Amino acid sequence: MTATSADPLLAVRDLRVEFATDAGPLPAVRGIDFSIAPGEIVALVGESGSGKSVTAMSVMRLTEGRIAAGSIHFQGRDLAKIPEVEMRDLRGGQIGMIFQEPMTSLNPVFTIGRQIEEVLILHQRMNARDARAQALELLQRVGIPAPERRLAQYPHELSGGMKQRVMLAMAIACRPRLLIADEPTTALDVTIQAQILELLRSLQREFGMAVLLITHDLGVVAHFAERVLVMYAGKIVEQGSVRDIFKRASHPYTQALLAALPDPKNPGKRLAAIPGRVPSPSMLPPGCAFCARCPHTFDPCPTRQPPLFKVSESHQAACFLRE
Amino acid sequence: MSIPVGPAPAVEVLAAPHADPEALGIAETPAQQLWCSFRQERLAMFGLYVLCVLSVVALLGKLLTSWWVVFDPTTVRLPDKLLPPFSSASSTLPAELVPPFHVYPFGTDELGRNVFARMLQGSFVSLSIGVVAVSISLSIGVTVGGLAGFYGQRKFGPISVDSLLMRFTDVVLCFPSFFLILTVVALLPPSIYTIMIVVGMTSWMSTARFVRAEFLALREQDFVTAAKALGLPEWRIIFRHMIPNAMAPVLVSATINVAHAILTESALSFLGFGVRPPYATWGNILADGRAYIFDAPWLFSIPGAAILFVVLAFNLVGEGLRDALNPKLRKRVG
Repeated sequence: MTATSADPLLAVRDLRVEFATDAGPLPAVRGIDFSIAPGEIVALVGESGSGKSVTAMSVMRLTEGRIAAGSIHFQGRDLAKIPEVEMRDLRGGQIGMIFQEPMTSLNPVFTIGRQIEEVLILHQRMNARDARAQALELLQRVGIPAPERRLAQYPHELSGGMKQRVMLAMAIACRPRLLIADEPTTALDVTIQAQILELLRSLQREFGMAVLLITHDLGVVAHFAERVLVMYAGKIVEQGSVRDIFKRASHPYTQALLAALPDPKNPGKRLAAIPGRVPSPSMLPPGCAFCARCPHTFDPCPTRQPPLFKVSESHQAACFLRE
Repeated sequence: MSIPVGPAPAVEVLAAPHADPEALGIAETPAQQLWCSFRQERLAMFGLYVLCVLSVVALLGKLLTSWWVVFDPTTVRLPDKLLPPFSSASSTLPAELVPPFHVYPFGTDELGRNVFARMLQGSFVSLSIGVVAVSISLSIGVTVGGLAGFYGQRKFGPISVDSLLMRFTDVVLCFPSFFLILTVVALLPPSIYTIMIVVGMTSWMSTARFVRAEFLALREQDFVTAAKALGLPEWRIIFRHMIPNAMAPVLVSATINVAHAILTESALSFLGFGVRPPYATWGNILADGRAYIFDAPWLFSIPGAAILFVVLAFNLVGEGLRDALNPKLRKRVG
């Protein structure tokens, strides 16, 4: 399917996630396939409501919605089916996760040290003394100044960037094989964003872990990721290497997204916007979900679901234009 | 274990106050931190001292009035009735009836019983009713509220757990609880244990509501999701991460409930359904004293003041605890 190695770390097949509402099940993720090779950095891009966070939470099996169909194979086990106890071992152990809001992702009543130690004691069965030493080492690794002092501090005494570093320290505490980063830099200011991404990349190299980066920031994608999945209305509409996506975008949605980026060579220019809105999951057309906003809509678009067509060896797009 | 020393000298300078990071780390448990910040609240410490003194008094009272009887609260000395505090025993009293040191520190009541001895005996009852009843109501309230808040969305047949538990709470809340207590106490054999249990089982509703409201808010908090994403088991998330965050309003309501329980016991004793005479409690000393409100004001003012002090002390301690539990209000020393 993708141009990655034969034995992926994570392989998601035909994943469908629904939310139960009074008006019946609402599909948030509508059958997506992707895989992540060990040590690979994959970005999942899309606008708000496209289902990217739901996808990430489904991999952790923490979504409020119901995994209606599909499989999530991680190191040979189907995460959609294994018992909760096994899943709990994987969370924080083999799969780490960091979130968008570092300000509220730490428990306000415990010190930083205790929160990091808790993970180590739980997953690595360390004693308190070893856990404390390891926590100190982790804080040093994520580049927090005066780590000894931070251990005894409370989250409200730390800045946002520092909290995100603490979150990272907790996520990598057990050397996960996969790190899911759900918009890790969205809540941070730009200089801190760059530092956190740099740190994320160096940790990724050091531990050889794969990263699934969820973002709507194409700038972050271009600098950080190796491969890109573009999501729209619960489906992957295009996937390929960073080069494929940025140089040869093949789906009109990706093209429109790229066109909406500010152009540094032409600073006074009005930014392009995509007309219309993301269709509500309850009123999706039977065909391509983007057809109402697409400048190239033709015959089959409103009625038939476009499959992923191969553009090149590493690059696919779900658009009839590429048929 | 190896701890790499921070590479930059700046780091060393910042870390200077704590020369040995390990000693610092292991030495300070959360309980110690709590105590350190609690100690800085003067009023709360005052409340704690009062409670400690009263607990000692209650235990001593139990000891000196029941097991090794120095002060006998039931001795009737009709010649010495209605004596004001600090009056000495009359010389006509038979030797075996003379109170210790020949003095009535809190005066005597209408039967000439030593009010000091009766207060001593009553302190144990009043304090233990307050503490035990509130422990019962706290455990029920936190459990019901926590379950409703955390598992509320789960369906139990056609109804959700939340509506099941909270409608039940509403039903109990609708009972006129004092009359319920009266009925139960009238039907069951009168003992302080019955009163503790009944008072506890009729005062958990507000706690349940507080805890549920806190849990509903906390469940959506990112740190709970983050805790799940770190693979913590659900019970650990509930007990270690959510309950400490939900404690502030619970503690405040608990301290008020202690006061309420003591007063309920007093009211029951006042109506004659409480602890049976001649066993004294602060409530029935107060109740007996009402007939002599102008002739012997010490009969109601002494137990009244005692109840006031206990209630006040519990409230101060509760407020101090609430502040100490909130790290944002903690003052850092050093």
